[in-house]
Amino acid sequence: MTAQGFQFEEEAGSHGHGHAAHASNPLVRFFGTWVFSRDHKVIGLQFLFSSLIWLVVGGLLALAIRWQLAWPWTEIPIIGRALFAAEGGQISPQFYSVLFTMHATVMIFFVVIPILTGAFGNYLIPLMIGARDMAFPTMNMLSYWLMWPAFGCMLLAMATPEKGPDFGWTAYPPLSVLFGDAQMLWALGLVFVGISSMLGSINYITTVLQLRAPGMTLFRMPMTVWGLFITAILQAFALPVLTAALVMLLLEKSLNTGFFIPTGLEATAIKPMDGTGGQPLLWQHLFWFYSHPAVYIMVMPAMGMVSDMLSCGARKPLFGYRPMVYSMMAISGLGFIVWGHHMFVSGMSYFLSISFMVSTMLIALPSGVKVFNWLGTIWGGKVRLDSPTLFGLGFISMFIIGGLSGLLMAATPVDMVITDTYFIVAHFHYILFGSSILGVFGAIYFWFPKMFGRQMNEFWGKVHFFLSFIFVNGTFFPMHFLGARGFLRRTADPYVVEGFRDLLPLNQFITWCAIGMAAAQLIFLINFLGSIFFGRRAEANPWHANSLEWTVPNCPPHGNFVAMPEVYRGPYEYSHPERDVDYWPQSEVPA
Amino acid sequence: MHRFWGLLFLAVPVVGTAVYFLAMSGVEPLRGLGLPKNYNEAGVEIDHLYNVIHVIMAVVFVLTGLILGGAIWRYGSNREGRASYFTHSNWMEASWSLAAGTVLLFLSLYQLDSWAENKLDRPVVTLAGREQPQPPLVKVVGKRFGWEFYHAGVDGQLDTSDDIYVENILHVPFGEPVVLQLQSRDVIHSFFVPGLRLKQDVVPGMEHFVWFKATSPVELEILCSELCGWGHYTMQGRMKLMSRSDYDRWLAEQSPWKEFAAASAEEAE
Repeated sequence: MTAQGFQFEEEAGSHGHGHAAHASNPLVRFFGTWVFSRDHKVIGLQFLFSSLIWLVVGGLLALAIRWQLAWPWTEIPIIGRALFAAEGGQISPQFYSVLFTMHATVMIFFVVIPILTGAFGNYLIPLMIGARDMAFPTMNMLSYWLMWPAFGCMLLAMATPEKGPDFGWTAYPPLSVLFGDAQMLWALGLVFVGISSMLGSINYITTVLQLRAPGMTLFRMPMTVWGLFITAILQAFALPVLTAALVMLLLEKSLNTGFFIPTGLEATAIKPMDGTGGQPLLWQHLFWFYSHPAVYIMVMPAMGMVSDMLSCGARKPLFGYRPMVYSMMAISGLGFIVWGHHMFVSGMSYFLSISFMVSTMLIALPSGVKVFNWLGTIWGGKVRLDSPTLFGLGFISMFIIGGLSGLLMAATPVDMVITDTYFIVAHFHYILFGSSILGVFGAIYFWFPKMFGRQMNEFWGKVHFFLSFIFVNGTFFPMHFLGARGFLRRTADPYVVEGFRDLLPLNQFITWCAIGMAAAQLIFLINFLGSIFFGRRAEANPWHANSLEWTVPNCPPHGNFVAMPEVYRGPYEYSHPERDVDYWPQSEVPA
Repeated sequence: MHRFWGLLFLAVPVVGTAVYFLAMSGVEPLRGLGLPKNYNEAGVEIDHLYNVIHVIMAVVFVLTGLILGGAIWRYGSNREGRASYFTHSNWMEASWSLAAGTVLLFLSLYQLDSWAENKLDRPVVTLAGREQPQPPLVKVVGKRFGWEFYHAGVDGQLDTSDDIYVENILHVPFGEPVVLQLQSRDVIHSFFVPGLRLKQDVVPGMEHFVWFKATSPVELEILCSELCGWGHYTMQGRMKLMSRSDYDRWLAEQSPWKEFAAASAEEAE
């Protein structure tokens, strides 16, 4: 079955178009088209759907965390008794650790990264640069199917006696090595994710460099492609380090190699294990060498897509296109030398901290430049306040907050006070949820017509935006106050500490907002699924946008372009004074 | 409708900044949401830095927020005519880069002293005619899930037979620089005293030194701020700050840990 599916796709691919028109067996046709497909658009949609499913899982995990912080040690309504029968319906302290570990793992590795690079990267790059497909279609298919062993590993990890990894997604040894077995599956799962992303990023880099349509110079590429391209480079260079570190973790656990476990641990208190001269800080350096660039991997594609949505929504050229590209390059370059700011109090050299402090301050500069340019883009425009544009504007508003609070962490003495507290939680959720996920929602509204040939409901899109925007702030803004007080992350019951008891009402407020935020996402889910089948039929270019993907019919066939396009101008020629209409497609032949 | 969205976006910096500064200044009902009270001399500088950065953040937050909300209010789709066509401005890029760069450079330099005071310049004492780093007064050992405190006995030295061992309650004098030596028995912990603005990860296999000069005789909370296992949330201790004379008296009253341990071992036999 599988082999036939492959072969069929190969034939279809060689024709450059034509779906499953000649396959006789409908089952073969289905598998070839929708399961083992090498069409970048189908792979993109596969990534999209699996990421959205994991988004629901990650969101439920977050709600369970919030439940415990608002009403500690009480029974979760409805599901509590079924899930935690042994504990009388309440979350155990150990399982609380599993909750936040899995929340982070799922959201980072199964939601934000795959939905940005996997879903939109796959779907948009070939369409936007005028290519028939990715450079390596089979590798592309593999990059999706390698996600499934990873999914399997994580689910199996939840079946271990400790019910899942319970050492935080940062997996600092010795904690992550000494106890339990879930870390084996967790690390193995992430190795699969690593290989998947690696294949994807090599593919994106090659595609962007080799398969651009005639006339599509690098500086005529839409910002979306730039964002994804630079992200792919970041991934290609940073990810091997994490993968190597994960393999070291696996070896440490299975073969007692002694990379991370120091000599002289009290073996009586814990599992007998002779330290062999390892160094726990080694893991932290390797881990953050990837995981800080990962922050930019998780936001840069969204930055690109938001730039495109805003320019189109404001009917105005993107302000400062080249500075925007250069600042992305600067962010990715500097992104490699700032990882130490996660380790200011870790015990690494305090002189080294100063150099990381300076590079962290520096990286704020290109991020600021991007904000100023976005503001310049909408200023003087004719801003069409539809769902994608609103989410794009929401992205900027939230990015400003998340970016600014980063200044406090860059300042080493202040970081000493707020690190490991809810201040950090507030900061990165403003970036990862407030910015990246809002940007992703905008992108789904924006490219939905191309993907499914229909429009999502505009009214409910706006309601979704309004509620999300209110509740994102209601949830994450008060966390700054918690953090300032020293309220710690990753504690199952913070109110054991006398000084934190008065913060319980604020935590309950946050939990109510989180519940509201989850409810708002139900609106999105219904709108999304309903519009696939019942949405208003969309024209090929509903937003009057310029880039190449809008010149092909909706739900483009395998091979994308009937006649290969030629590109004559950049993607941001909106409201050009010499034109009657306010847009100017990139491939329109000059008069 | 564009006015509505404009107001929504304008509300972000206005409400955000207002709430924040009310919380920082302790106005009802937001009392107690700022930093906790500081009892460390070096913490004054940290709090100052915290406030300076907040002011810078507030200025940028409000300015960018006003531009964003204002643009939506003003250029929302009800606007007549077309969008204006401009693509870039080199002098604008140069000037905001320069402005932002200057502020960031200022911040980088401005914090160096405080960092040095807290983490680099360990207090020195003159012993036997030579200046040397002040020896630690207490050895702090983190373990799952508690703190062990080995106070240097009357001889002022650690790891001697007159050390005083107390679990979870640290006794130290205020009004003079105190150096602590931190170690871990098992996994990474983090020694966090919010009231002293003091935090240091405790990595097994390493020795860390922290120092502070407390200002008053209070009792503070010691937390573990690095995940150390299921009982992480229960891992806390207390710090009793006492005057030098009280501290010396307390020290003299304690029976040294080694003797105590030997005595209880005999009893057990």
